[in-house]
Amino acid sequence: MSLRIVVCVKYVPDATGDRHFADDLTVDREDVDGLLSELDEYAVEQALQIADEADDAEITVLTVGPEDAKDALRKALSMGADKAIHVEDDDLHGSDVMATSLVLAKALDKAGYDLVITGMASTDGTMGVLPAILAERLGVPQVTLLSEVKVEDGTVTGRRDGDSASEQLVASLPAVVSVTDQSGEARYPSFKGIMAAKKKPVESWDLEELEIEADEVGLEGSWTAVDSAAQRPARTAGTIVKDEGEGGKQLAEFLAGQKFI
Amino acid sequence: MAEVLVYVDHVDGAVRKPTLELLTLARRIGEPVAVALGAGAADTAAVLAEHGAVKVLTADAPEFAEYLVVPKVDALQAAYDSVSAAGSLAAVLVPSSAEGKEIAARLAVRIGSGIITDAVDLEAGDEGPVATQAAFAASFTTKSRVSKGTPVITVKPNSAPVEAAAAAGTVEALAVTFGALATGTKVVSRTPRESTGRPELTEAAIVVSGGRGVNGAENFHLIEELADSLGAAVGASRAAVDAGWYPHTNQVGQTGKSVSPQLYIASGISGAIQHRAGMQTSKTIVAINKDAEAPIFDLVDYGVVGDLFEVVPQLTGEIKARKG
Repeated sequence: MSLRIVVCVKYVPDATGDRHFADDLTVDREDVDGLLSELDEYAVEQALQIADEADDAEITVLTVGPEDAKDALRKALSMGADKAIHVEDDDLHGSDVMATSLVLAKALDKAGYDLVITGMASTDGTMGVLPAILAERLGVPQVTLLSEVKVEDGTVTGRRDGDSASEQLVASLPAVVSVTDQSGEARYPSFKGIMAAKKKPVESWDLEELEIEADEVGLEGSWTAVDSAAQRPARTAGTIVKDEGEGGKQLAEFLAGQKFI
Repeated sequence: MAEVLVYVDHVDGAVRKPTLELLTLARRIGEPVAVALGAGAADTAAVLAEHGAVKVLTADAPEFAEYLVVPKVDALQAAYDSVSAAGSLAAVLVPSSAEGKEIAARLAVRIGSGIITDAVDLEAGDEGPVATQAAFAASFTTKSRVSKGTPVITVKPNSAPVEAAAAAGTVEALAVTFGALATGTKVVSRTPRESTGRPELTEAAIVVSGGRGVNGAENFHLIEELADSLGAAVGASRAAVDAGWYPHTNQVGQTGKSVSPQLYIASGISGAIQHRAGMQTSKTIVAINKDAEAPIFDLVDYGVVGDLFEVVPQLTGEIKARKG
């Protein structure tokens, strides 16, 4: 039987762009180019490697996001995923992690899955909690923050490198896995992959198809509220000296003046 | 007065500093009730009481160490159920470690609450606790609150001072029943990291980091010696980690640790957005870089344009001399 892998990806504003908030305090998506979150490329890569090892596997990429989020799906398809699902609905605007995870969980149930793979965090929200929340919502094992992952005979194993210890984990499928940026360099899409991606199927689902009410998601339906967002004041210009042989001593003098020594 | 659940991060009974910082924040919004799990849980009570815990709920079971995350969620939920049944609960606070965030997030799903992660400050508000967070590589500061359910908030290390505030710290055993999901992910083996004897990166008051300019693993001893002269933790930029010069656990930046020490010293680090995201909120920033145009100099309180192989050893020597 085919191994059904679903990779959850996020379309995010480019971290090297001038990211800011819109008037309603959601992430502004107008002024900054969007792309597939860099950390999700690692998830797509691991899915491709797991699919290579399996006798028969199918990779679906799933995203919840605005119309342009299709770009993120295309990127994953051009890397080698087989098909894509785009959950898109105006009522989703402003959804927080609880709302988004609700939609993802419903979409995963509808799509069917043996293995869900995500990145370790998004590069915009950077919470890093979505994989654990998905596992909780779906009622399947959570095998997260892996820097090494392997799937064999209905079992997922992996190494989780924590701050105090490195752990070897094992769980039965179906499961939710998240992988870190240490899991292995993500491949670049080949020209052939980019051309092939144009013909791969992308399904669009809305909230009605997932039987989710508009008031369960979006800015109003979310579980958290942002009251204000302010640009951090620019740091006041510091003292910069050129080392003429005494730079280390001058720096020590500064540190002593600040009571660090 | 409403109670605040505080999840305790400890190693065999030794409470880690971020938990004591959480108690400071918890006292701003209610009476702290601590939850300590696993081996040595009861040993945490004395120090938690000194810092304001009115009660310490403890539980130990093999499941906490043998399975990933979920047994701890079951226990925290048991604590939530018992405290909210007895009175009003203002919030659940958890240290912002990787595991802490996962525990908090799963609890939030179960109790139908919103979650805020990586708060750097917390204050009482008319509509519940208000959390301050850094957004977009710390170029923005936001104030948010949980609008559904009992607020679940994770707080980053170094977000509040540790304050002595004696309280009863009555120890109570917490009854935990593990659910079907608790044994879903087995921890087959655990290899503890070798201790360097240096402070934990995210908790340190001073961090000394090295980047591409260090030019090789064999030169990182210069960074370590400077760190040791200041009692600091050692960090590394992504470039240095990707090159294999220093372990990933020490990486500071968007895909590594985010630190907020009193003093951050960047050596041979240009200051790309990836790095700035992890250190921009440090109180005092110092940089040593041979490129006067490096963006890191836009952030510094004091910068030295020069060769780190000259400047760093001189600085280390001068610090040692001054400290006698």
